[in-house]
Amino acid sequence: MERIAFALFAAIAVGGGLVALFHRSIVHSAFALMGTFLGISGLFVLLGADFLAVVQLLIYVGGILVLILFGLMLTKPDPSERKLRRVLLVLAAVAVPAAILVARIASAARWAAAEGPLPDPKPAAREIGFLFLLKDAYLIPFELAAFLLTVALVGAVFLARQPHPPPPGGEDR
Amino acid sequence: MSLGAYLAVATALFVLGLAMMIARRNLLYVLMGIELILNAANLNFVAFARYAAPAGGEAALRGQVFALIVILLAVAEAAVALAIVLHAYSLFDTVRPEEPDLLRE
Amino acid sequence: MADIVFDGGDFARLAAVPLIPLGAFFVQTLVGRFGPRKGDWIPVGALAIAAALGIFEFAKCLTVWNPGFRVEWKEAFDWIPGPAESRASFGILYDNLSATMTAAVGLIAFLIHLFSVGYMHGDRRYASFFAHLCLFSFGMLGLVLSDNFLSFFACWEVMGLCSYLLIGHFSEKPSAAAACKKAFLTTRIGDVCLFLGIAILWTRLHTFRFTELWDAVPRVLAENGGAYPGWLVTAGLLIFAGAVGKSAQFPLHVWLPDAMEGPTPVSAMIHAATMVAAGVFLTARAFLFLSPEARIAVALVGSFTAIFAATIGICQTDIKRVLAYSTVSQLGFMIAGIGVGGIAAGLFHMVTHAAFKACLFLGSGSVIHAVHTQEMPQMGGLRRRMPITYGTMLVSTLAIAGVPLFAGFYSKDAILSSTLVHAMEHGSILHALPAIFLFTAAGMTAFYMFRLILLTFHGEPRDAHKFEHAHESPWVMTVPLTILGFFAVTGGWIFGENWFLELGKGLPGMVVAEGEAAHHEHEAHGIAMWGSIGVAGAGILLAFAFYQWRKFSAAAWAERWGPVHRWVKNKYYVDEFYLATVVRFVMFLTAVQRWFDVWIVDGLVNLVGGIGRAAAAVSGWFDRWVVDGAVNLVGWLTQLWGGVARLFQTGRVQTYVAWGVAGAVGAASVVLWMA
Repeated sequence: MERIAFALFAAIAVGGGLVALFHRSIVHSAFALMGTFLGISGLFVLLGADFLAVVQLLIYVGGILVLILFGLMLTKPDPSERKLRRVLLVLAAVAVPAAILVARIASAARWAAAEGPLPDPKPAAREIGFLFLLKDAYLIPFELAAFLLTVALVGAVFLARQPHPPPPGGEDR
Repeated sequence: MSLGAYLAVATALFVLGLAMMIARRNLLYVLMGIELILNAANLNFVAFARYAAPAGGEAALRGQVFALIVILLAVAEAAVALAIVLHAYSLFDTVRPEEPDLLRE
Repeated sequence: MADIVFDGGDFARLAAVPLIPLGAFFVQTLVGRFGPRKGDWIPVGALAIAAALGIFEFAKCLTVWNPGFRVEWKEAFDWIPGPAESRASFGILYDNLSATMTAAVGLIAFLIHLFSVGYMHGDRRYASFFAHLCLFSFGMLGLVLSDNFLSFFACWEVMGLCSYLLIGHFSEKPSAAAACKKAFLTTRIGDVCLFLGIAILWTRLHTFRFTELWDAVPRVLAENGGAYPGWLVTAGLLIFAGAVGKSAQFPLHVWLPDAMEGPTPVSAMIHAATMVAAGVFLTARAFLFLSPEARIAVALVGSFTAIFAATIGICQTDIKRVLAYSTVSQLGFMIAGIGVGGIAAGLFHMVTHAAFKACLFLGSGSVIHAVHTQEMPQMGGLRRRMPITYGTMLVSTLAIAGVPLFAGFYSKDAILSSTLVHAMEHGSILHALPAIFLFTAAGMTAFYMFRLILLTFHGEPRDAHKFEHAHESPWVMTVPLTILGFFAVTGGWIFGENWFLELGKGLPGMVVAEGEAAHHEHEAHGIAMWGSIGVAGAGILLAFAFYQWRKFSAAAWAERWGPVHRWVKNKYYVDEFYLATVVRFVMFLTAVQRWFDVWIVDGLVNLVGGIGRAAAAVSGWFDRWVVDGAVNLVGWLTQLWGGVARLFQTGRVQTYVAWGVAGAVGAASVVLWMA
C-alpha cells in the first residue's frame, strides 16, 4: 500500500515538474507546478510530516502559486518565451555528470539510516508547536522568522511601489 | 520504501528546478525553478529526519522544523522576488531574463 | 605548571571577544545611524571591551608560561548534532598563538576604530562604515579563536565580504568599485582552493577540529611508511593556496595594492590587523599538512613575493601604494619564514609588523587628511607641520627597515636566521634561494621606506599651497598613532626572544633544534644579525644619498634604466597578463556559450556586426601600432584581448547560474576523486 502511494505521489511530483519545465505556455506550467506541490505534500504525509503537508498545501498552492499567477497577469507575455533556450543542451551536459555524482555520493555515504518497515509516525503538529513556543528549543529562530517576514513584506511593498530606482548612491539617509 | 527512493525523487525535482531556472525565457520561470529547488531540499530534510530517527521524538522533528523555516524563507523570497520582477518589468518592459544585462559592464 | 586554571568564566570571556563586536554590528546596522553621533561609539566601545578581554586573557596565558599551553572548549555550540563522524560543532582553541593574536588584533582593531572617528568625520556613509569595520573585526577575532576548519572558514568568508564592502566604500568612484570586485574575486580563487582542501581533509579524516587533525597526521604518515600520501599533499597545497589568496602572495597579490581605493583606516585594518594576517595564521595552523616538498614551495613563494613586491615598491610615487607593496613584501617574509620551518619567527614578524604597519598606514592617513593628496612628489617638508605624525611614522619606518632595537629588527632577524639554518641544513641552491631573496628584499625595504619618509617629511615643501594648509590631526588620530608607535619600538622587547621563540616551540610542526643543529642555529643567528644590519644600513644610506643629499638623481637613474623602470613601475604587467590569460580564458568559456546563442538565434545579422567589429579592431590595431611603437606592445596587446573578450561577457544571470552549477559539479568531482 505504501509502495503504491509512494509511486503515485512521486509520479505526480516528477511528472508535474516535467510538464512545468517543457510546456510552451507559462500558465500551464504554473498549474503543472501545482501538481508537483500536491505530490510533495503527499510524500510528506508518507514521511509522517502531516503538519508540514498541510503547510505545504496552504503556502505553496494557496500562496506562492497565486502570487506567481498574479505576476503573470501583471506582465506582458513575450512571444519568444514559448521556446526553450538551446542552453538546455548545455544543461544536459551538466545534469548527466551531476546525476552520476549524486549517485556516487549516495552509494558511498554511510548514513545512519534505518532500513525496512519503519514504525508508524506520530502526529507532529502538536510537537512542533511545543518545540517552537513552549520548550524554547526553536524560539529564537521562530522570532527571527517572524522578523524576516515583516522585513520582506515591507521591502516587497517598497520595491514594487517605486517607479524608478534612485540615482546611484543617493539612497543614503 | 527506502531513503534512497525519496532522495531520488528529490534529486529529480532539483534538476528540473535548475533546468527551469536556466533554460526558460521568463523571469517567472526562474522564480518557479527556485521554488522547486527549495521543495526538493525540503523533501531531503524530512526524509533524512524520518529515517535517521524512526522512533520519533525531537530528533525526528528537527528536519521538519528545518523544512518549515525553509518554507518561511521561500515565502519571503517569493514576495521580494515578485516585486523585483515587476520592477524589472517596468524598467525594461520585458520579463525575459537575458534582457537585464547591466552586469556585463 | 598550570597553577592558573582556565575555567568556564575564562571561556565565556573568550567567546565574548568575537561575539561583542558581532552584536555591535547588528545594533549599529539596524539603529546606529539614528543614535547620537550616528552610533560610532557602539563599535568603538565594543572593540574596547573585546580588546580589554583579549588582553586580560592574554595576561593570564602569560602567567602560565608553558610552550605546550593549549586549552579547548570543545563543542561549545553544536551546529549539526549527530554521531562523531557527521557532526559539526564550534568551539574555542586557545593556545599561545591564538592568545597573542586575540590580544594584538583586538588592540589594533580598537585603535583603528578610534582613528576612524576622526578620519571618516563627515562621511556620507559614516554609520555603515563603522558597522562593516566592526563585522570585519568579528571575522578576524572569530577566526583566531576557532577550533575547527568550519567556523574558521565561515569567519574567513565574513572577512572576504567585509573587505569587499569596505574597499568599495566610495562606490561612486569607478576605480573603487572595480577594486572591491577585484579583491573579492581574486581572494575567491584562494577561498575555493581552501574549501576543497578542507573538504579533502574531511572526507579522509572525518573531522574539522584542528587538534584532531594534527593528531591524525602522524598516524597517516605511519600508515603510509612515513611519506605524505597524495591526498594529503593535495589538501595541504590547496589550503596554502587559500593563504596565498588572502595574504596576497604572488601570483594572487594583485588585489592588495588596488585595495588602496578604500578609506585609509580600511587599508590599515586589512594590512595590519585582519585579512592578510589570516593567511599567515592559516599557514601556521596548517603547517603539519604540508609535505617537505610543499614547504619548500611555500618558502619559495614567500621569498619570491618579498623581493618581487619590494622592487615594485621602489618605483611607486603614491604613498599608500608604497605601503601596500611593502605589506605584500613583508607578508612574503612571514610566509617564507614559516615555509623554512621558522613558524614562530614568521608569526613573531606578523605581530610586530601588525603594530608598525598599522602605525604607518594611520600615519599616511593623517598625512593625506592634511594635504589631500596621495602623491609623494607633491609633499615634502611636512615634519615641521605634523610633528607627532612624523615622529610615529619615523619610528615605524626604523622598525620595518630593521634598525637594531626596534621591533622589526628582532622579528626580521629571526626569519632571516631561520632561512640561513634551512640553507645550511640542506645545502642546495634551491634551499638557499629563500635566504638570498630575503636578504636582498630586506635591503630594498630599508631603501624604499626611507625614500617614503624623506620625500614626505624632509626637504623643502614642493607644493607651497598644500603645505600652507597642512595641520596636525586631532587627538583621536594622534593617540592611536602614538600607542602603535610605542609598540613599534617596544614590540621586539616585549615579545621577542622570550615569548615567541621560547613559547613558540609548542606550535604544531615546530622542530626544536638540538646538538649540531642547535650549533648551526646559533651560528646562523650571528650571521643573520650582522647581515641584516648591513643590508638595512646600506639601504638607508642609499636612500639618503638619493633623496636627501642628492648625490645621485633618481630621475636620471630612472631615465638610464628606462625600459626596466617602466616594467617595474607598471608592476611587471601582471595585471595585464591576467587580463590576457585568465580573464580571457573565462571569457572564452563564456564565448563558447554565447556562440551557441548567437549562432542559432541571431544568425547572420550578428555576423555582419561581428565583421564590422573585427574591421574596426583591425583599424584600431593599425593606428596604435604606428603611433605607440614597440615599447607599448605588451600592454597594448592585452588591451586588445581585453576588448575582444569583453564582447563575450554576457552579463546574463542564467548563464552565470549554469556556470555556477558546472563549477559545483567540478568541485564535487575533485573531492570525490580524492576520497
